Amino acid sequence: MAVTIAIAILIIVGFLAGIRLMQSPRTALWGNRLGALSMIIAIAWTFITTNQAAFSTALIYIVIGGLIGLILGQSVKMIHMPQTVALLNGFGGAASALVVWAAVVIYHGEGIEMLFWGTSGLALGVGALTFSGSIIAVLKLQGLAFRQPVQLKFHGHILRVAILLAALLIIINISLPGQYYIYFLPIIALLGLSAGFFMTLRIGGADMPIVISLLNSFSGIAASIAGLAVENIILAGTGALVGVAGLILTRIMCRAMNRSLFSVLAGFTPGKKETAAPSSKMDKSAVKTGALAGAEEAEKEKKEIEANIESDSTTDEDAKIRLSEIIDQAKRIIIVPGYGMAVAQAQNAVKELLDALEGQGKQVKFAIHPVAGRMPGHMNVLLAEAGIDYDKLMDLDAINPQFEYADLVIIVGACDVVNPAANAAEGTPISGMPILNAEKAKHVIVCNIDEKPGYSGVDNLLYEQSHVYSFWGDAAKTIPQLTEMVM
Amino acid sequence: MLLAMFIILIAAALLGYRIISAVPPLLHTPLMSGMNALSGITVIGALAVFITAPAGAEAWSAAALILAMINVVGGFWVTERMLRMFKGKTKESEVQEIPWQ
Repeated sequence: MAVTIAIAILIIVGFLAGIRLMQSPRTALWGNRLGALSMIIAIAWTFITTNQAAFSTALIYIVIGGLIGLILGQSVKMIHMPQTVALLNGFGGAASALVVWAAVVIYHGEGIEMLFWGTSGLALGVGALTFSGSIIAVLKLQGLAFRQPVQLKFHGHILRVAILLAALLIIINISLPGQYYIYFLPIIALLGLSAGFFMTLRIGGADMPIVISLLNSFSGIAASIAGLAVENIILAGTGALVGVAGLILTRIMCRAMNRSLFSVLAGFTPGKKETAAPSSKMDKSAVKTGALAGAEEAEKEKKEIEANIESDSTTDEDAKIRLSEIIDQAKRIIIVPGYGMAVAQAQNAVKELLDALEGQGKQVKFAIHPVAGRMPGHMNVLLAEAGIDYDKLMDLDAINPQFEYADLVIIVGACDVVNPAANAAEGTPISGMPILNAEKAKHVIVCNIDEKPGYSGVDNLLYEQSHVYSFWGDAAKTIPQLTEMVM
Repeated sequence: MLLAMFIILIAAALLGYRIISAVPPLLHTPLMSGMNALSGITVIGALAVFITAPAGAEAWSAAALILAMINVVGGFWVTERMLRMFKGKTKESEVQEIPWQ
């Protein structure tokens, strides 16, 4: 007994120490390995302490699962990390649900305790919810199905009824002396599955970081409750750890979007565009200056003169010359990557641009918004894969005071996270959302696919400012053109 | 035993909260995939159940074993791959530092 508890504490401390090492990119790799080592110890300890008659068969399944995991882990591309994590979350949740299910099948005849009735029902429900929710998330992220948020009639009601009914069954389970127990469990599992399905069905693309974090948390909570059900300390403690981690990330993501978890789960319909794009913006020349549109408005700065000159020279060549002048003069440059960069697979082009700029003796930093991409920290991984040093990747709080000292900001496939409307306008979906203050820089070049609003549907006020130059098109093509201008 | 279990659960959650909160946004993706691997800890539950399982329940716990192991190995391995890519200043910059103020 005392040994069991001691070993459990040792393993959980091993996990905690692993996470502690993850606080710095220098030690993070060893943190992960320490976590893996603790996991191996946990599995070995379970083997040692249980009846070893079924040892070899269990080992076969472990090896099969491990091999599949290894192949999966080795073959996925970094761009597909969000759906990979979602898929693994789903497997974790399903495994926890199956553990309690199997435990129920085994023990249901033998005077089971009340704690077990309650916890096994709960673990089954949460595990099933994690599984179906994750599978829907994978389908969405992989673009296989439900790419657009699906909002059914009475969607919210269906979801609430499923969750409440499952909760009710669990409570009835505990309060009755277990007579309907075995009949209730399949229903709880089904309710959990449908709750996960309906919950994720109406989530839109840019809300994915929140949902993935939440599902991550659920997979931990399911494991933790399953641990309570089968009275396994290591399982209960480690599951709680994962649950907490997921909740922390969920909260960070919600804050970075200035939205409550509730409003995310309630589904999202992008606001209607309030103003139609001016027709002058509609022609298809690849390079246009934002000044074109901005100059017509009440832009009373000195820039106006320059901007007027600009609007006379509408040909691509002139605009390109202007862009290369700006790049040439810039000493301090901040690059703002967004999901558009990932979609265009422009990371390597961005790395080449970085090398070219640094080759000219310019200082370059990257500004990473917490919700850029489809999962927390997504951009950092993609840029690291392209070979960019992490010292250059700055988060929101660190980089925001520096924008006003920047000569040039290059935006690559990011829209909502740099939209000044978040500060200026009231009542839009992004109002109050913390943004990267790209507009404060001397010049801004926007390398987005087009001038359409981002996920929020709010027109980007940045595009209309006179110091902002737009370079519309596929970032994988436009960024190399910028690189040419540097050289 | 039950008491010890609850105490450890709560202690793990509180300590975890403090430690995880200090992980920088730079590493949030590896953090999440690492935590993801940890949620595969349910493999030990699956193992315990599998070993005591009578013939009827074997299939369920075998499925749990496989899924949990995919979760564990897949999670740790993608984290390993990602973290290997994170590199600090590779070359000493020849560029003169310009103050950002």
